[in-house]
Amino acid sequence: MGDLSWAIPLPVILPLSAAGLALALWRHARAQGVISVVALTGVLITSIALLIAVDSGPLVVDLGGWSAPVGIVLVADRLSVLMLTVSSTVMLCVLIYSLAQGVEYGNEETPVAIFHPTYLVLAAGVANAFLSGDLFNIYVGFEILLVASYVLITLSGTGERIRAGTIYVVVSLISSLIFLLAVALAYAATGTVNLAQLAERLPDVDPGVQMVLQLLLLLAFGIKAAIFPLHAWLPDSYPTAPAPVTAVFAGLLTKVGVYAIIRTQTLLFPDGRADDLLLAAALATMIVGILGAVAQNDIKRLISFTLVSHIGYMIFGIALSTAAGLAAAVFYVVHHITVQTTLFLVVGLVERRGGSTSLDRLGGLARYAPMLAVLFFVPAMNLAGIPPLSGFLGKTGLLQAGVSVGSPMAYALVVGGVLTSLLTLYAIVKAWNKAFWQTPPVEPAPMRLPAGMVGSTAVLVALGVGLTVIAGPLYQYTARAAATLRDPDQYVLSVLPDRLRGQGESDQVTEETLEEGQANGEAGQQDGGDG
Amino acid sequence: MIDTSPNITLVVVIVVVMAAGVYLLLERSLTRVIIGVIMISNAINLLFLVASGAAGGAPIVGRTPEDEMSDPLPQAMVLTAIVITLGVTAFLLTMAHRSWQLNRHDEVQDDLEDRRVARRAAADRSAYEDLDTSGESTLEETAAEVYDETADRPRAGDDRG
Repeated sequence: MGDLSWAIPLPVILPLSAAGLALALWRHARAQGVISVVALTGVLITSIALLIAVDSGPLVVDLGGWSAPVGIVLVADRLSVLMLTVSSTVMLCVLIYSLAQGVEYGNEETPVAIFHPTYLVLAAGVANAFLSGDLFNIYVGFEILLVASYVLITLSGTGERIRAGTIYVVVSLISSLIFLLAVALAYAATGTVNLAQLAERLPDVDPGVQMVLQLLLLLAFGIKAAIFPLHAWLPDSYPTAPAPVTAVFAGLLTKVGVYAIIRTQTLLFPDGRADDLLLAAALATMIVGILGAVAQNDIKRLISFTLVSHIGYMIFGIALSTAAGLAAAVFYVVHHITVQTTLFLVVGLVERRGGSTSLDRLGGLARYAPMLAVLFFVPAMNLAGIPPLSGFLGKTGLLQAGVSVGSPMAYALVVGGVLTSLLTLYAIVKAWNKAFWQTPPVEPAPMRLPAGMVGSTAVLVALGVGLTVIAGPLYQYTARAAATLRDPDQYVLSVLPDRLRGQGESDQVTEETLEEGQANGEAGQQDGGDG
Repeated sequence: MIDTSPNITLVVVIVVVMAAGVYLLLERSLTRVIIGVIMISNAINLLFLVASGAAGGAPIVGRTPEDEMSDPLPQAMVLTAIVITLGVTAFLLTMAHRSWQLNRHDEVQDDLEDRRVARRAAADRSAYEDLDTSGESTLEETAAEVYDETADRPRAGDDRG
């Protein structure tokens, strides 16, 4: 395979251009659907090709030919491309689900005219956040995906969505402002926002200032990732959005935050001075999240709380600061994106079939819709970590990494992790008993769920199970990704080969212009003198 | 070498604007929250200017000597941030207007389901009705039914603080 670095911007460019096209064709719902599917399929193919290509080393592209610290770079390494591949797979499945939903039920829930362009912009923002090698450009990527998510979460502007949307938008805005503040301070301290150059310069900065930067970035990303005590907005705002939107948000948006934490912690602050804080936050996130889930009586909220709780596992892996911990955390992220999205899609189907998401009003679905029961059961057990599914493998990896570190805090996390896993099982089984086994309070009207919705959900369920089948190679891949992350020099050298400049053409151009400029300046002075 | 000592006027302005912004952000009315967000983002934009060091000439090679140039990068970043804030502010204003259309006020509202769960916990009732055992309710359950003043369905206005 030749040099694929030309393909790195595609995951951002394709959806953005398609978004423009889809917006222009707002009268033609069918054309919009085709455009979205084609664009996201393109992104998926590109990211799979990149996934194979970057296994032999990170690929870098200096946008517009501007050399690295001056221009913006996109960096595709194992972690970012793995995240990109999983997220584009999930986004494509959810897109097909929402298309089927629109075809079957009219578009009263998802007004297609704005849904498709916004969804594509969201995809572009997520890809940009994953690929960017520049702190400010990550901020821009975050803003792209956040603004798209603001529109998606308030779709059709009903009272309940405006209520939930207000909280979501304001909290996200605060996280963005804190991020921007951190960028400004980082620039003031180091004179650069390029991640590679920041990694080079930050060790020379005063440790106190470093700590401030690290905590500000953690705060900004922690709100996005819904880490305790910054999680309260999530279970409140997610359940009100349409099912496909909630599914994508749950799968991707929090994981973008987790990705940003992994990236900045490993690259910019490799000495791990915030690890104890992160470990404590991870423990609290797990326990508080899952206790919240146990108390819920609405299946969408219940699953939102398990989402918060399981973010704790990823933070646990990151905070261990070992290659094994990181590898397990990355594996867990991949597993969790798939499973959490699937569960929200299934709950969307449950809502269709049973007419409610309240556990009081659901019942007997195992008898009326056995297929739906299977679709719920498999990812639910996967989430709870029942062997041999991928959730079990991810959790085992994390627990092993925790035990091998062996500090009291790590052991506390191991115990907390097992406890959370059990409580997840309890919460999920409660939902199962109520929605699928109890005598239905009202007999649900007989109906057939649309094939496209069931089909795309089934594909995601199968993918979740497939992660178990390919767990060996995947785990090795995440282990290699973790090894790259633990060695920031590799990242720095691929962006700035001589530690000063990237591979863009701007250097030569600048030199030439400078010489010409000086020549002109001298000529001008001479003219002035003559006049 | 660029002079990097911060401009004290800018720093004081940032502190004041930021403090006012945070105060407004804590309000319950969405319109005030919006003004707070605008103020905070302006304060951060000013912070970028502090980060860029002392002001100088236009950063164009051949027009300004290199050591007298302003740092152009923070200005580019501030421009981007201003554009983003503009878009988000427009969206927030639309939301405030929509909220006013729906509810005749633009206050950030409480989470209904959250209140419902809390009320159940306070009344020490199980989180859901168990239909499988509904025939044989225990004494406590009957008592809770009889003496429970908090109805299942919240009255209108019951959930707002």
